[in-house]
Amino acid sequence: MSELKATRAAYGETLVELLEAGVDVYAVDADLAGSTTTAKLAAADPRRHVNVGIAEANMIGVAAGISLTGATVFTGSFAVFGTGRAYDQIRNTVCYGNLNVKVAPTHAGISVGPDGGSHQMVEDIALMRVLPNMRVLVPADYISAKAALRIAAATAGPVYVRLGRANVPLLYEASELEDFALGQARVLRQGSDVSIIACGVEVALALQAAELLAERGIRAEVIDAFSLKPLDEQLILESAARTGFVITAEEHSVIGGLGSAVAEVLAAHPGLVERCERIGVQDRFGTSGGFDELFREYRLDAQAIFELVVQ
Amino acid sequence: MFDAKQVKSKAQAMRRDIVASITAAGSGHPGGSLSATDILATLYFGEVLNHRPEEPSWPERDRFILSKGHAAPVLYAALAHAGYFPVEELTSLRKFGSRLQGHPDMHKLPGVEVSTGSLGQGLSIAAGLALALRNQGSQAQVFVLLGDGELQEGQVWEAAMFAAHQRLGNLIAIVDNNNLQIDGQVEEVNSLGDIAAKFSAFGWQAQTVEGHEIAALKSALDAAAAHSAGPAVLIASTVKGKGVSFMENQCGWHGKAPSQEQCDSALLELGQLEQLAELEQLEQLEQLTEVGA
Repeated sequence: MSELKATRAAYGETLVELLEAGVDVYAVDADLAGSTTTAKLAAADPRRHVNVGIAEANMIGVAAGISLTGATVFTGSFAVFGTGRAYDQIRNTVCYGNLNVKVAPTHAGISVGPDGGSHQMVEDIALMRVLPNMRVLVPADYISAKAALRIAAATAGPVYVRLGRANVPLLYEASELEDFALGQARVLRQGSDVSIIACGVEVALALQAAELLAERGIRAEVIDAFSLKPLDEQLILESAARTGFVITAEEHSVIGGLGSAVAEVLAAHPGLVERCERIGVQDRFGTSGGFDELFREYRLDAQAIFELVVQ
Repeated sequence: MFDAKQVKSKAQAMRRDIVASITAAGSGHPGGSLSATDILATLYFGEVLNHRPEEPSWPERDRFILSKGHAAPVLYAALAHAGYFPVEELTSLRKFGSRLQGHPDMHKLPGVEVSTGSLGQGLSIAAGLALALRNQGSQAQVFVLLGDGELQEGQVWEAAMFAAHQRLGNLIAIVDNNNLQIDGQVEEVNSLGDIAAKFSAFGWQAQTVEGHEIAALKSALDAAAAHSAGPAVLIASTVKGKGVSFMENQCGWHGKAPSQEQCDSALLELGQLEQLAELEQLEQLEQLTEVGA
């Protein structure tokens, strides 16, 4: 867990790889092609990168139109604008039409940092998860982000890929790229006392919390949920049945995200667990600050997970 | 060969189907369907759209997108008369299990290029489609119909700016300028100003055209299609509810179904107009015969 790399770093280069592999791929961005890294596709083939300027609704509409020719189209911008500002376009044009558009904005979550609450999107998973036809992938590191983008391209229809700006630890080896799949979670650490089911940057923090818990003799299982929709219900239920204690962790609102998705599964199996807790943003907006201080303030860090388990 | 009278006759048949299908449905949008009827009749039956009803996904077809999706009945009437599905199916409009959804669904009905219904989105979709077709080296053109009230949606102008910037010469927009929206006159709700001047300022070739004159529509559409330097728009002056006297220019008929009695009266009126048109044609034919003799 030494090397750090942002999940967004996988975006542009994976698009170029898809193009080189013969995929009829396009990226449509909204004046953030440098930040999202989709500009790399423009460098490879300018005709396949469309910059609509600061116009997110048009970005989704143009992507939808391009997809009608059979192309695989990725959209950009920041998560707050790329989902929230263009929600009706995603709902009524992309999802209702089941079009081959991949919504993969970057800068999701509190980890955006100094830009503050206006830019820290903590509702995007909820917004995307509720849409029929939409699949939701939340990669935890650079390698799994690459895998998520490849899966998105290989899956017909709308897919949401949540990418971040912050540099986060590498959790996977490049050789594991093909091991990810839609609807599959991954167990990163086995344990029998508590199941910590995390997504995105919280996976690395959950692993840190597991280390702290191990010092106390508590054996935590850490699961990278990766595919939030479809969710790996079987793996989650098996782990929950084994430990009887589930904690979810996400840098997203506790309303509508991974915590809700897992709670929905557990609610259908009464008595399976004794305890279910959700680490996440507690129905608040974000605020400016650095990664560490924000994750402390919002009770998203390893210490918060640790304390919740031992309390 | 283009024949304005034949197109007009199709338009009248489409109007009868619009009124009858909305009456059978018990709900729907007659006003904006009737205002757009001559436009769609010219597109589909005036040798404007290059398409193959027997092969709806023919890659080289011209595309038509109904951005004002609530005018679905006029699109359905055009598609049925063009042969995409049986005309008899039109009366299934809006019913449970029907392919003719309240707003067009691309996965249910052949000939519907993209599902629409939420206003303001069709021009963006058309622009993206035009751009990708151009990249493919396709000769196909993309036509999109918007309502004038719809132009109040900001996304339309995002797309207008984009289409001009990309010089999409294969994109043709048509505005059904019937001056009415649900809450009243467009001028009173939120006035649009000079629509043609606005599009011109964005870099479009803009023409205004009488939206119920088939020959005028045909030549304006041909001119727009021939304009390859960038996108072109037709501002078609229309009358909401056109062809049914009690619906004309009444915003109350935006989204209301006629009663059976009103339907009968509308059909009589539309039928009579049709007969008059036929009579006129006959008279002209007779005159020609006389000249020939």
